[in-house]
Amino acid sequence: VKGGSAFPVRLRFTKHGKVRFTSHRDVARAFERAFRIEALPLEFSEGFSPHPKVSFGLALSTGYESDDEYLDVSLVEALDLEALPERLTAALPHGIAVIGAVELCDRAPALQEAVTAVAWSLTVGRDDDVALDADEFSAAVEQALACDEITVRRSRKGRQVDDDVRGAIRRCVVTGTAPDGTVALDLDVSTRPRSAKPLDVLAAIAQVTPAIGPIEERRVLRLRQWIERDGARLSPLDADARPRVAEARAS
Amino acid sequence: MSDLWPRIEPLLAKVEKPARYIGMERGSRQPAWAPSKVAWLLIYPDTYEIGLPNQGLQILYEILNERPDALAERAYAPWTDLATELRARRIPLFSVDTHRPAGDFDLLAFNLSAELVFTNVLEMVDLAGVPVRNEDRRPEHPIVLAGGHSAFNPEPLADYVDAFVIGEGEEVVAEITEVIGAWKRGGRADREAVLHDLATIPGVYVPAMYEVTYDGPRIVAVEARHADVPARVDKRTVADLDEWPYPKQQLVPLMEVVHDRLNVEVFRGCTRGCRFCQAGMITRPVRERSEESVRTMVADGLRRTGYDEVALTSLSTADFSGIEGVVGSIVRDQQGTGGVAVALPSLRVDAFTVGIAAQIQQVRRTGLTFAPEAGSWRLRQVINKLVLEEDLYGAVESAYASGWRRMKLYFLTGLPTEVDSDTLGIAELARNCVEIGRRFDKSASVTVSVGGYVPKAHTPFQWFGQNGVAELQRKIDLLRSDLRPQRGSGAPRQRLSNQVQLKWHDPEATFAEGLCSRGDRRIGRVIERVWRDGGTFQEWSEHFSLQRWLDACAAEGLDPEWYVTRHRTRDEILPWDHIAAGLHKDFLWDDWQSALAEHGLPDCRWTPCYDCGVCTDYALEHVVASPFAPAGGSQGTGQAPAPDLDIAVRFLGRKPKPTAATSDDAVPTTTEVPA
Repeated sequence: VKGGSAFPVRLRFTKHGKVRFTSHRDVARAFERAFRIEALPLEFSEGFSPHPKVSFGLALSTGYESDDEYLDVSLVEALDLEALPERLTAALPHGIAVIGAVELCDRAPALQEAVTAVAWSLTVGRDDDVALDADEFSAAVEQALACDEITVRRSRKGRQVDDDVRGAIRRCVVTGTAPDGTVALDLDVSTRPRSAKPLDVLAAIAQVTPAIGPIEERRVLRLRQWIERDGARLSPLDADARPRVAEARAS
Repeated sequence: MSDLWPRIEPLLAKVEKPARYIGMERGSRQPAWAPSKVAWLLIYPDTYEIGLPNQGLQILYEILNERPDALAERAYAPWTDLATELRARRIPLFSVDTHRPAGDFDLLAFNLSAELVFTNVLEMVDLAGVPVRNEDRRPEHPIVLAGGHSAFNPEPLADYVDAFVIGEGEEVVAEITEVIGAWKRGGRADREAVLHDLATIPGVYVPAMYEVTYDGPRIVAVEARHADVPARVDKRTVADLDEWPYPKQQLVPLMEVVHDRLNVEVFRGCTRGCRFCQAGMITRPVRERSEESVRTMVADGLRRTGYDEVALTSLSTADFSGIEGVVGSIVRDQQGTGGVAVALPSLRVDAFTVGIAAQIQQVRRTGLTFAPEAGSWRLRQVINKLVLEEDLYGAVESAYASGWRRMKLYFLTGLPTEVDSDTLGIAELARNCVEIGRRFDKSASVTVSVGGYVPKAHTPFQWFGQNGVAELQRKIDLLRSDLRPQRGSGAPRQRLSNQVQLKWHDPEATFAEGLCSRGDRRIGRVIERVWRDGGTFQEWSEHFSLQRWLDACAAEGLDPEWYVTRHRTRDEILPWDHIAAGLHKDFLWDDWQSALAEHGLPDCRWTPCYDCGVCTDYALEHVVASPFAPAGGSQGTGQAPAPDLDIAVRFLGRKPKPTAATSDDAVPTTTEVPA
């Protein structure tokens, strides 16, 4: 959100269940409709085709769930932020819930630039339905973490590129197994200078230890997003919120 | 197991656009099931993004779910990737609302909006775990039902669909629900008996109750097998649209779909009388919604859905009596909310229309599309699309003056009596439009979209032999070479051609559509063969192959040219003659002869009745708020499209009965165009 908005707001929301099969773009459109259903005082861009000023955080891949998503929206006047989450949740598709809203300070950096770390919880299995052995998989994870660099071929903006994935992995731990032959995994990654998707990390593990077999993600949940600033790890809801005194004055 | 979701969910990670299969739209229902309720699965046999916006399906979804004795859920055609996964895992077709197996429903009710979806109907019946042929179904199987515009020639699917609804569904679904409810209470014993009962409902056609006899390729007779089954099935028509303000809760999809906006139907039926237009012929008479009711539906709909675009739908929206009032109120009410775009599909070609479009698109300017349909005035008289060149140029000039920079023109080729100069007239019209545009903007461009004409049942052109593949291709090539962009040529004509973009429909797909549109029962086996050969999604160019259709015809010993390119004779029994849209066959034949004589026919909503048969036979009348034809252009005045036009009408002394205050005597014969 650039400076100048009368009432910039950051929303925190979750995405669970069937609605996980909608795309990032679908979610954006659902929010824009929810804003209109609730008749929020939206600020619009100038020009022939005015759009509400909404900016979304890191994209969440189609099929992934999340406990921790964000978006910023510019309003032209103050409104009751306590009541906002419930109002918007009612206007959104089932499975998307707004769980927090703060007024942003002036010139808060955009979410896509500000967020530096993401925590994931994954369930993974073999794509041929052979049971995945947790110990073997743990060993493969250790092998991968022991590498300085793991170059994986992936497609970025429609092009095939070779990227180092290891550099983005901060932590990767097997946390359990399930009777259906899947393994649960916690994963923390950096988003800068280059992020790694859960799928890239699995490809890196399989590349280092091919014997582990073809691995696929079954269930992916984004647990948290962090803004790291001056050595502190902040929630995106707290990092750039306008101090409460100012908020009281605005409302 | 009634909820298939746990088995479907893992597959969705592997398929394209998984949001097609999750339901959960705002406005969707999760109806409570009970054995006493008649369960309808309303099916659109194409992808979710094509089918979801279908208003007919949404209207019935609401009406049925409001009934205590019925429930309705929806299904759309799974794309080939999911269909393959479902078959591999023996998972049946499912509803998107509660992910129930299709086989749990009492009725599988298909919406037939186009003929090339026919193979998808068989695909979905098969995916449902139901035998594709009527004769193989047993009492435990759902009744397969179909309705929609393409049901007006039901014969190609006669061996695959148990019962067809002819015409509008709002009222007849109640009667069908009662018959099926009684059948269920009686233990669903005898399939033959319930089909017989369905056949006695007005507007319901049960093909198994009719015997078709042939003499060689020709049909000799179509006869009802029982005395209480009507010899002819007449369409159903809702007399007053204001009694049916549906959908009240239009579905808001989670993924992008076609026509992704609020849709409000402002009137149904059209009496412009375009002779190629099946929709206009089979939906008569004109029934307008009241202006007040339209305003309410727009305001409530926008508030409830959160859409920022509304389409006022009909077959020719500028003809709606309340158009100016409704547009004015939308523009006024939406000030300061970021604006609402108003889409006017099916625009009339005149400056008045552009004026309205300009008024509502002050905020967000979308494209502007006109459909002159034919390249010469002569041919436009043949098809009764009475647009003068002045009308088109006036509309185009007015559009550029109001700020539009691009427009689309729709044409048909392969029309009756069309000669090459008519076809080339398309290119000439387009160049002239570019020339007008260049006065406002040097980069003005025009997109010309050309479709191959397919004669349809219940139209004056139902006797016309469609142009074959080669002939249509030749006409398209004629246009292509006339408009071929050339670099470096400074000639003015060439410069104009360079700013025309030409698009065309595949003539091979047009041929297959022709085969299904006017086919008889024997074409059913061809459709089945195409489907068994893997020919689903025939409306999608990546899945279409004419060879499949030709091979299937050969295997069935049928000559496709006999069905598609042959001119029919007056004495011939047409495969759909026992289905009635209310239009007398004599009227259609006379209108066909008028077409060949290049005579136009005026719009009977504002001029005396010429007795096409619909109002008189069905005791219906036009419901129009204004007795005056709208102003502007020849299409606007209606009565006098051209000074030399000889209007062939029979005067029966009946005049339109306006619902507004004006008496019959005051109906004007001409309308002045306001300055």
